[in-house]
Parts: sequence; structure tokens; C-alpha cells
Amino acid sequence: MSSHDQGVYEEDLAPGDEHSQVLAGVRGYAVGLILATGLTATSFWVAATHSLWGPGVPIGLCVLAIAQMGIHLAFFLHITTGPDNTNNVLALAFGVLIVFLVVAGSLWIMANMNANMMPMPMNQMTNLQMQHG
Amino acid sequence: MLGKLTLAAIPFDEPIPLATSVVLIVVIGSLLTWITVKGYWAYLYREWFTSVDHKRIGVMYCLLALVMLLRGFADALMMRSQQAMAIAGAPGYLPPEHYDQIFSAHGTIMIFFTAMPFVIGLMNFVLPLQLGVRDVAFPTLNSVSFWLTASGVLLINVSLVIGEFARTGWLAYPPLSELKYSPGVGVDYYLWSLQIAGVGTLLSGINLVTTILKMRAPGMTLTRMPVFCWTSLASNLLIVAAFPILTATFAMLSLDRYLGFHFFTDDAGGNSMMYMNLIWAWGHPEVYILILPSFGIFSEVISTFSGKPLFGYRSMIAATMAICVLSFLVWLHHFFTMGAGADVNAFFGITTMIIAVPTGVKVFNWLFTMYGGRVRFTVPIWWSLSFMVTFVIGGMTGVLLAVPPADFVLHNSLFLVAHFHNVIIGGVLFGVFAGYTYWFPKAFGFTLHEGWGKAAVFCWTLGFYLAFMPLYVLGLMGATRRMQHIDDPSWTPMLYVAMVGALVIAAGILCLVIQLVVSIRDRDNRRDLTGDPWDGRSLEWATPSPPPVFNFAVMPNVEGEEAYWGIKRTAIEQQRLADEPQYEAIEMPHNSPTGVITAFFASVMGFAMIWHIWWMVILGALGAFATFVWFAWRDEDEYEIPAEEVARIDRERRRVRTEVLLPSLSRPA
Ligand code: HEM
Ligand SMILES: [Cu+2]
Repeated sequence: MSSHDQGVYEEDLAPGDEHSQVLAGVRGYAVGLILATGLTATSFWVAATHSLWGPGVPIGLCVLAIAQMGIHLAFFLHITTGPDNTNNVLALAFGVLIVFLVVAGSLWIMANMNANMMPMPMNQMTNLQMQHG
Repeated sequence: MLGKLTLAAIPFDEPIPLATSVVLIVVIGSLLTWITVKGYWAYLYREWFTSVDHKRIGVMYCLLALVMLLRGFADALMMRSQQAMAIAGAPGYLPPEHYDQIFSAHGTIMIFFTAMPFVIGLMNFVLPLQLGVRDVAFPTLNSVSFWLTASGVLLINVSLVIGEFARTGWLAYPPLSELKYSPGVGVDYYLWSLQIAGVGTLLSGINLVTTILKMRAPGMTLTRMPVFCWTSLASNLLIVAAFPILTATFAMLSLDRYLGFHFFTDDAGGNSMMYMNLIWAWGHPEVYILILPSFGIFSEVISTFSGKPLFGYRSMIAATMAICVLSFLVWLHHFFTMGAGADVNAFFGITTMIIAVPTGVKVFNWLFTMYGGRVRFTVPIWWSLSFMVTFVIGGMTGVLLAVPPADFVLHNSLFLVAHFHNVIIGGVLFGVFAGYTYWFPKAFGFTLHEGWGKAAVFCWTLGFYLAFMPLYVLGLMGATRRMQHIDDPSWTPMLYVAMVGALVIAAGILCLVIQLVVSIRDRDNRRDLTGDPWDGRSLEWATPSPPPVFNFAVMPNVEGEEAYWGIKRTAIEQQRLADEPQYEAIEMPHNSPTGVITAFFASVMGFAMIWHIWWMVILGALGAFATFVWFAWRDEDEYEIPAEEVARIDRERRRVRTEVLLPSLSRPA
């Protein structure tokens, strides 16, 4: 990764770019770890608690998941906006595009197929409902 | 203690698998004995098994692929002969449960262990040379990738002797592949050999993407890279994007089978259609992972032997990258008939037809490259010509299948089987054969025999048409795929022609073997002393054949497209080579047994998983992890090649270059 002049930019570094100082590197990872654990714990809390508005829970989980991805990218995979990071950002964009295509395509396809399928026999319907209940 | 494994796992009561196993054991046993008697183990271990040199690893990949081609083709011959015999009530010689294993093994082996290793092997060998660098980005990881692939190969072949293979077809669709309908170990062999090999493939994809993006010689901008580098980049990006889907899908099927989950079962809320959807979200990109590097090989070959730069270099890049993205937009065409509505089918039918456009662009580019060129009709060019005709036919039947109403008639018929063999044999296989002939002298320092090579092209081409054109006809007549016996006697003539075709392909394989043997025997007369036997245009031809471990004594300075062609022109115009550089010592990575050891433990773990031997699973997993930790804590990982040694090797290369390029200047040595 970058090897630019540490003296000048000392304070102005993205997580993971602080190369020469081991301590700063460890600090970056530690902050990342705390944030990531915090988000995970929050997700469990959101899913388990009954004090939140029910339909909001899935949305909340999605938001937490996306924030989690952001933390991972910044603190563990060291994605930055620096000029030497173009490749990483492009690769990330490609990855996001592909994930979007596959997820959106799968949802569309499967919804379409479920709609076209014959109704399920009763016993399986009850099975499904029991899982929810 | 041994889980499900008992003596009953060995097929004592089935003559054909038993005989095959015995033959296999005898062949492997005598090979191992021969190596022991000759005392080659130390050499093999030191120079090859533990090598982290991308050239050696590439060669091992290709060798693995060639051996597995023989295995896969043996399966094909058995299927063709069974179908030629079991007509109108005759039983043939393969019982259904065995026949089902054969087509499953054939498909799995040919895709995962023939086509993939061949393509990855060529990329491994060629990319660093073409980019003008000393190795791939992560040399030891590269060796791990190779050995994990080998581990998958080992497991799938062990299934021949111990237990059975899957009877579920090459993609193991549930619900058939679920525990309820496939209680045996066959599907587990399938899952674990592909999981382990798949991790290897993913690692090698990451490695090669990094190499291309981060490790080019000075001046080698992206738009100066040879087209093979571009198609490899696209192919490896697809590996990185698609293989995790495969891993996840197989993991879910494994959870169903091992821990009673219900991802794809047909009860308790499982949905087997999700499996088809996911497996093809990997599967369609997979076919482009295979074909794109072949397109790159044809581009290199056609441009070199036409003595011209590739026509439409930039359009070639655009077409490649367009295919790279579009290949993630078409996967539903593999299950048009599964019950999606008309709008979904229409969308994916149209995207499929669109993806044919950039492919067509490429065909025209190759044609225009040859047009007006002074074409040298060598073996690689013959493969390319045969490819261009054959692949266009396969592409057109593909576009036909992309029309949903037509697919409702042809889905799962022999027409489909003919189509995909048409593009896979005519595209991928002919491509890797062209690349194999083209780069062989670079790898080994002598060329392959021309006559036997041309005979191989001829037999493969003729054999392909004889073996698969009848399947188009049979498919239109209503023949479905995967049939152990044939009820309709009117199909007999076509099945016979297909059988003859398979025999002609066998002759083609024999020609390839003879070509190799004859060329090795006559190697002293076939030496490529110049390092540039074809008057090449890219940097791999700037090195001696075979190249030294470090490939390039100093990083070449790239000043335009077709890097080596430019260097040659300059040298001839100025009647002198570039000034002798300042030689410096070179650091190269040490060989490492990490790959072999990791793969050993991975095989142990896979085998134990298949047979439910839990203590051994833990042992294998711990072993693999410990190897990794041990490797990560190594303290010395490079050795130095002294500057004098580098200078000696490079001065020799410069002397030869002067002789070839500037004959008037060179004094007799
Ligand atoms: C070399 C000559 C080859 C011959 C004669 C041959 C022959 C066959 C035959 C007879 C089948 C079964 C068709 C059926 O379902 O009735 C088959 C299936 C298949 N072949 Fe080949 N094949 C050859 C090469 C290849 C290659 C090079 C590949 C891929 C790299 C390949 C991939 C497959 C696949 C994926 C299947 C489908 C297996 C399944 O139904 O699950 N084949 N082949
Ligand atoms: Cu497809």
C-alpha cells in the first residue's frame, strides 16, 4: 500500500494506512473490532427485543448489516479514497454490481416462480406457519 | 471408528468398476515403483511438488488436465458404446445405477478437472511472462491453489475404488441429491471434491487478478497488455465473483445432507428451485470463465501467425469486458422451463441473445486479422481455423436455444448436449490445445511435432462433427439426455455414427499422445535456441526457452502495444540491442511444501467428511490450520540470485538475440 511521507500526513491517514507505526495499526483494528462487535450485538438485540415496532425490525437489521459491511471495508480491508486505491474501489464497485445483479435477479425469478406454482398442499402450509409462529 | 466405511465399500460384486479399479491401481502402482526405482522422488519433491514458480505450477496444472481428459474421455466412450448397444430392449453392458455415475463423473471431471485446470494452467504459465514480471502476486498461495485442485482430483478418483460416485448429473440437482433420494456417499464425494477444488480455484482467481492489476512491467499500461491478459483478467474477475456462489450453494446442500437442514428439500419449507437458481448464477459465468481465456489464446495465435497486430484491439477489450458483465445477466436460460413467467423468460432470452453480439465482434476481429496477412499454417492456426467454423455453429444453436419457446422443445434433449459440446470442445478445448502447442516450446525449450499435431486437429475436428452432429438430429427427433437405454430403433443409425465419431476423437487423442512422445524423443533436433520460435509479438518471447526462474533479468521497459515486437523493430532499425543494463541481484521466493501439506490435510478432511469419520475430520482441519500458521510464522522466505549469475544468463540471451535479429553483427560464437 502507500508509502508516502509519513511526517507530513501523520494525522491524515485512513484506517490501515498507518504503516510504520505498529501501535496505530493495532489501534485501527481494535476500533474496528469494537465497532463490528457493537453492531453485531445490536443486531441480536434488535431481533430479540419486543420493544421495537415489528415491521421496522427487518429494515433495522438491513441497515445494521450495511453499516457492518462499511466497518469491515474501512477497518479490515482498508478501502480508502486515496489515489493508490483506485483498483480496490473499482473491484468493490464490480463486486457490488454483481451482488446486486444476483440478489435482485434471484428475488425476481423466485417471486415469479412462486407466483406461478401450484398452491402448496395443506400440510406444508401449516409447517410454514408453524415456523413463523 | 471408521464411520460409514466398511469393506462393503469396495465394489467386489460389480465386475466393471472392480476391473477398472484394479487396472488403475496397477498403473499408478507401477508408476510409483518406477519413480522409486529410478530415485526421482527427491527431485520431484524439490523441483516440482514444492515449487512456487508460476511456470512449474502452470505445467503441473496442464498435465493434471491432460490426465483427467483421458479419464473423462474413457467415461464418454463407455456412454457412447452403451447407447449404441442398448437399443430396443437390449440391456447393454452398463446397469442403470452405474451408467448414472458415469455421466455424472464425465461431466464433473471434464468441466472441473479438465477444462478448468487446463485454462488456469495456461494463464499461470503465460501471464507473468506476458506482463513482464517475475512471478504471480502470491507464489506460495499459487502452489496451495494447485494442490487443492489436485486434492479434488484425488477424491473424485478414489470414489471409483472406495464407495461410489453421484448419480445425480454434473450439477447434483436436489431433491434427487438430498439424503432422502441419494443416501449413499456418491453425492458427498461430489460435494467435497468440488468444495476443496473450488477453494483452490477461488484463491487462484484472486492471485491472478492481483497479478494483472498490480504487477506489470514499467510502461505496461492496461491498454498495452496483450489481449490474452485482458481475457484472463475478465475470466479471473468472474472466478472471484462467481465461485463464492458455488461454495455457498454446495455448503447449503451439505447442511441439508449432514445436519438435517431444509434449504433445498421438498418438505419443511425447503425450495429446490432456489438451488437451480443459485447453481446457474455460478454456472453461466463459469462457461465464460472457460471460454474467455481461449478467446485470448486465439487472438495471440492468429495475430502472431498472420504477422499482423490484432485487428480492433480496443474493440476486443470492450467486447471482453462487456461479456464479463453480461455473463451475470443470463443465467435463467438454463431453466426456462422451470415455471417463471413470460416476462422473466423474455428478459433472460433477450440478454442471452445480446451476449452473442460481443462474441460475434470477436469472430470478425479474428477474420480481419487474418485478412491480408501472410498466414503461416502451423498447428495452432489449424486449431484456430477449426475453432472459428465449429464455434460459430455452436454459437448459433445457442442463440436458437435462447428463444424460450424453442427451449421448451429442446430443453434436456440431445440437441442441448450437442450444443454445449459444440462450444466446449470447439471453443475451450481447441483453444487450450492451440495454446498448448503455441507455448510448449517456451515451457520446455523444444517444439512439438507438426505432422502429428495436424493429424490431431484433423481427427478431433472430424470426430467432433461425427460424434455430435447426429445428436442435434436425435434431439430434434425427441431424444432426451442421460438415457441408459434407447427404445426407438429408428435412432440406431445416428447413434452408430456418434459412436464412430467418438472413436475418431480417440484417434485424435492418440495423435496428441504420439506427438508428445515423438517430440520428446527427438527433442535434440527440435530445440528452440532462440526463445522466439514463432516470431512472436509479446514479452514472453523476449525470454529464453525455457525462461530462467526469474523470467527477466531486468524489468523490460514497455513503450507501446505489442511490447516485444517494438523491441525487435527498434533493434533491427538501430542495428543494435538496447544498452546492456546494470545487473543486480534478484530475490526469489523459496520453494515451500505448504501447498502439498495443506492439500494432504484437506484430502484427509474431505475423505473423512464423506465417510463420517469425525475424529479424522478434526485431524484434517487442525492439520491444515497448523500448516497455515507454520507458514505464516516463517522467518526466511526469499533467497538471492547473485548479480553475476543474472548477468551471465542475460548476456547469453543477448548473444542469441543478436545472432537472430542482427545476423550481420554477430561474430561466430
Ligand atoms: C471428447 C469427447 C466427448 C464425448 C464423446 C462426450 C460425450 C458425452 C456424452 C455421450 C454425454 C452424455 C449425453 C447424455 O446425457 O446422454 C456427455 C455429457 C456431458 N459432457 Fe461430454 N463428451 C466429450 C467431451 C466433453 C468435454 C470436453 C466436456 C467439458 C469440458 C464435456 C462435458 C459434458 C457435460 C457437462 C455433460 C453432461 C453430464 C450430465 O448429463 O450431467 N464433455 N458427454
Ligand atoms: Cu448459460
